[in-house]
Order: sequence, then C-alpha cells, then structure tokens
Amino acid sequence: MIAAADSPSSASSSPWHFFGYFMDHRSEDLGWLWTHAWLSVVPVIVGLLIALPLGWLSRRYGWLYPPMMSITGLLYTIPSIALFVLVPPLLGLSSLDPLQVPIALTVYSVALLVRVVADGLASVPDEVNQAATAIGYTRARRLFTVELPVAVPVIAAGLRVATVSNVSMVAIAGTIGLSNLGQLFQIGKDLSTPTAYYPPIVLGIVLCVLLALVLDSVILLLTRLATPWRRAVAAR
Amino acid sequence: MIRFEAASKTYPDGTIAVDALDLVAPSGQITVLVGPSGCGKTTSLRMINRMIDATGGRILLDDQDIGKVEPAELRRGIGYVIQHAGLFPHRTIIDNIASVPIMLGRKKKQARADAMELLERVGLDQKFAHRYPVQLSGGQQQRVGVARALAADPPVMLMDEPFSAVDPVVREQLQDEFLRLQGELGKTIVFVTHDIDEAIKLGDQVAVLRVGGRLAQMATPAELLSNPIDDFVANFVGRDRGYRALGFEVVGALPLEPEPTVALSSSFDQAARAAQDGWILVLDDARRPQGWLAVDDGPAPGSEAINPVTLRRGGTVADVDGTYRAVLDAALSSPTGRGVVVDRDGAFAGTINATQVVELIESRGVAS
Ligand SMILES: Nc1ncnc2c1ncn2[C@@H]1O[C@H](COP(=O)(O)OP(=O)(O)OP(=O)(O)O)[C@@H](O)[C@H]1O
Ligand SMILES: [Mg+2]
Repeated sequence: MIAAADSPSSASSSPWHFFGYFMDHRSEDLGWLWTHAWLSVVPVIVGLLIALPLGWLSRRYGWLYPPMMSITGLLYTIPSIALFVLVPPLLGLSSLDPLQVPIALTVYSVALLVRVVADGLASVPDEVNQAATAIGYTRARRLFTVELPVAVPVIAAGLRVATVSNVSMVAIAGTIGLSNLGQLFQIGKDLSTPTAYYPPIVLGIVLCVLLALVLDSVILLLTRLATPWRRAVAAR
Repeated sequence: MIRFEAASKTYPDGTIAVDALDLVAPSGQITVLVGPSGCGKTTSLRMINRMIDATGGRILLDDQDIGKVEPAELRRGIGYVIQHAGLFPHRTIIDNIASVPIMLGRKKKQARADAMELLERVGLDQKFAHRYPVQLSGGQQQRVGVARALAADPPVMLMDEPFSAVDPVVREQLQDEFLRLQGELGKTIVFVTHDIDEAIKLGDQVAVLRVGGRLAQMATPAELLSNPIDDFVANFVGRDRGYRALGFEVVGALPLEPEPTVALSSSFDQAARAAQDGWILVLDDARRPQGWLAVDDGPAPGSEAINPVTLRRGGTVADVDGTYRAVLDAALSSPTGRGVVVDRDGAFAGTINATQVVELIESRGVAS
C-alpha cells in the first residue's frame, strides 16, 4: 500500500480512495495546501491596498471611472494561464520565479477590487457624506472614519469573490509546475496512463474546495466582527 | 449674527441659484428661509458653512467674512441638521452624538456622558443610546440629528427642512420641542422650509424667497400675514392669512361675562337649577372646566348625580392672555356659543361669545 501512487492497483484507483492517498502523502500535500493558502490570500491583500487609492480616485474624479473600469475589466479577461506565462518575461523574472504567481494574481485582484472599492464608496448615502462634511470632518477623516467603514459590507463581498477565485487560479498555476495543490491534478494526469487514476485529482478538488470554504468563512467572520451595525439592519 | 451682503451663487452650468441676497439673521433668533422648490434655500444655507462657496458678494458671521475662514474650522462652530438626519449608520446613537466633541479632542468618556444628557434633552429615552440608527424611527433619528448638531454647543445652527420627512403628528411634536429647546438655548438659527405654516410657527422672522434666489420679503410672521408686499408673497402665504394672522395678536383685556358653574360632585338637581339656557358649566375641585352639561340629558342612570359621560368636552378653552384666534376658536367651538376662558392656573375666569370677539377684532383694526 505504501507505493500506491507508484503502481496504482485497480482497487485503489477508485475516486473514493483520495483519503488513503492523502494519508500516504500527508506531508507533501499539507505543504502544498499551505502554499496554496498563502498564494490565494496575499495577492488579495496586496490587491486591496492598490485598489483602495485607485477606487477612491475613480470615485473622486468622476471622469476617471469609465476608463478605469474598462481597463480593469480588460485585465480580467486575460486567461490566467497566459498571464502566468507572461509575467516573468514582462517583469524580467526567471520563469518559475516564486513571485510569478503572486504578481499575476495581484493583477487580477486589483482588476476586481478597483470596481468594488469605487462601488463601495458610492454605496455611502449622500446625506451621510454631507453630514460628515457639515460637522467639520476633513476629507481624509471622512474617508477613513465614515466612508470606508460604511463601505465595508460591499468591499468585503468583493474580497470573498477575489479570494475564492484566487484559490482556483492558483491551482491552474500548479499545473504548469509551481508547487501547490494544482500539482495533484498534474500527478493524477501523469498516473492516469494507461488506466484512469482518480485519487490525487479528487483530493486536489476536495482540498481546494475546503480551502475556499475556510477562507470564505474567515472573511465572513471578520466582516461580521467589523460591522456590528449590519446585524442591527438584519434584526430590524 | 449672520449677514448676507449681496451674496450670489451661480452654478458652473449657469444656473443662478441665489441672486444678490441681502439678509440679516440676528443672534439668538430663528430666521426662516421659505419659498417654492428650487428657489435657492438650500444653496443660501450652505453658503453659510461654505459647503457651497458664494460666487459673488460675501457673508459675514459676527462681522467676520466667512470666505476667509478655513471651511472645516468654520463648520465646527456651526451645527447642521438635514432632512434625513444623515446619521452615521455604523455608529451607535451615543457615538453619533459624540462625533463632534470627540473630533475636537474631548475625552471619549466625557463626550459620551455629555451625549447621554443631550439625548434626554431632545426627548429621547437613554435606552436608545446603544442602538444603531436603523433601529430608530424617522422622527427619533431626526432628534438624534439635532442632538449631534448641538453636541459641541455651537452658537449657530443651520437646519434644512429637518422636519419635513416625518408625518404631520410627529412634525408638530418636533416643532414644539424645537421651540422649547431654542427657548433654553437661544442659538442663532437659520431654518429652511418650503412649508409656510412651519415658517410662521417657528420663525422670529421669515424671509420669503422667489425662484431665481431673490428675496421677496423679510418680516415677522404677523407682518407677513397682515401685510404681504406683493401678489407672490400673498399667494405664497395663503388664502386664510387674515384668520391666521389673528393667531399672532394677544387680545389683552377681555370683556368676560360671568357664568354660573357647579362642581362635578354636585347633584344633578343643583346643576339643573343653576343652569342658564339649559346649559351649565361643570368644574373640578381646582375650578378647572370639565365640560358643559345639558339639562335635557338628565342625571346619571339610577342616581341623583351629574353624569360625567354626557358632559360636552369638545370645546377649546382660551387663556386670558390668549390670541384673538384662540379666543374666537373657544367661542366658535363651544356648544353654548359662550367661549370658556381660564386664568393662568387653568381655573375658570369667564365666558365670551363670538359676536363680542368679532367686535374686538374689528375695533383692533380701527385702532391700528
Ligand atoms: N450642483 C448644482 N448644479 C447646478 N444647479 C444646481 C445645483 N444645485 C442646485 N442647483 C439649482 O439651483 C437652484 C436652487 O437649488 P436649491 O437646492 O438651493 O433649491 P431649494 O430652494 O433648496 O429647493 P428645494 O425646496 O426643492 O430643496 C435650483 O434651480 C437647482 O436646480
Ligand atoms: Mg433644498
């Protein structure tokens, strides 16, 4: 049984054998899971930090909004595999550089989050902004203590989408040789000649889904903690 | 004191919202800006705290040109209340109220304690303190908006249709409390409304604006009702202005008639014997009027006592210091035609009938 992956038997090629496969390759799989998690989360955080000023600008200067949305929309339509491959030559990195994937994913996150930030700021009721101005808040104080906090629900919803879609895009990076859960799909494919061998593939799917669920729940939880006033809305 | 000196605002698209407005809002008084929609009320108001900058003329606040004051700085000394309150949805009521003091650097604990006091002052229970704005009704939110504007005790308050988004009953309550509060605080208030009745009720002086942002007339409410300067103002003030003007003039010495009365505890027979024209006024132990008793209604079933159920309580009661309107209303609403007048303690003073009131009104017209 120790060598299941090397000489797949017909019994252990059942898709349901993924747990056994996991137990046999625990340390390697957990390592990939860990990297996968980081690769999914860090680009969203960096992306948010870049998207905040961009989103604010396209809200503050109305004429910036349409071009900003077109550009970020276009970025999002570039297939992820192409972006992974293009990043190293464009930035002068070696291919398989550890920054290749985070940079590409940050681009996607920025593309998604600029709109989210701009729309989040737009969701702040006009009279709330007016009241903040009228009581003598400076523009910066208003942004940080009123507009952004009130925009949290909209921005958080965008963060959830960005994070979950990152989980699946990281997996694609795995299939071009970067070490994360995507490797499981590559292994499954390699082991599937001559006969189909499912356990690594199913394991990859299961771990990706679990990771996405956990990250999503964490953001949801943090959002709830940051917006006690939303519960008041719900309980109304 | 706030002084507009030929202040104008032309928007970038060419709209002239305010045109060479000259206006003085005296300290410690309520100045109401009233006029049809789009006449430039909001624009005028916002020029005072520089949320909108004048494009011509200038505005002085206590003799200082506000154009020379840093806007954020200026606004900290000016409370501002808007139509939908504009409370911060992510802050509790208490923290909404404490916003300005905290911004000004007051200790959080002290600011919250002060906010608690203010909450009560604007007529809200302290149980609301830790709720969020969505958990309050529109009228309650509006009170919080007023409390927030008052929190740093600014000498000047700007109010833009603060009571127009609530139903008429609540509006009336809010107006009454606002007047009571102003009686205690004596702020310099500029109040915007499109409702002439509200303007007349609240204003120490009322500025009527016409579309295009020009001042049509600036006068006290009584003056506005009795002496509108032109057709526009006359139409805007409304058709029954003659009658409403009576609500601003105190009659002074009322020629009261004596009226037989009985105590509520008397027997029906005593009451019937004292009655005049089949009616008798019933008082309580403190001599406060309770209602008119019609002798024809008879005593309470199966007893000799006055039947409190049959008392006619519908008539209004006028104060000896009442206005012509209050006294006339008392006479007209009385089932006997004799209006009930009470002294300052609410005790019965005498009656007066409508003919007498009308004579008073007419002789007033001759005298003045
Ligand atoms: N930002 C703006 N740009 C161009 N025109 C404006 C702007 N704001 C207001 N106006 C115009 O200026 C005029 C005065 O507007 P304002 O808001 O002061 O009226 P208002 O008296 O407060 O009306 P309402 O009773 O409806 O609130 C209107 O004709 C309005 O259309
Ligand atoms: Mg207005």
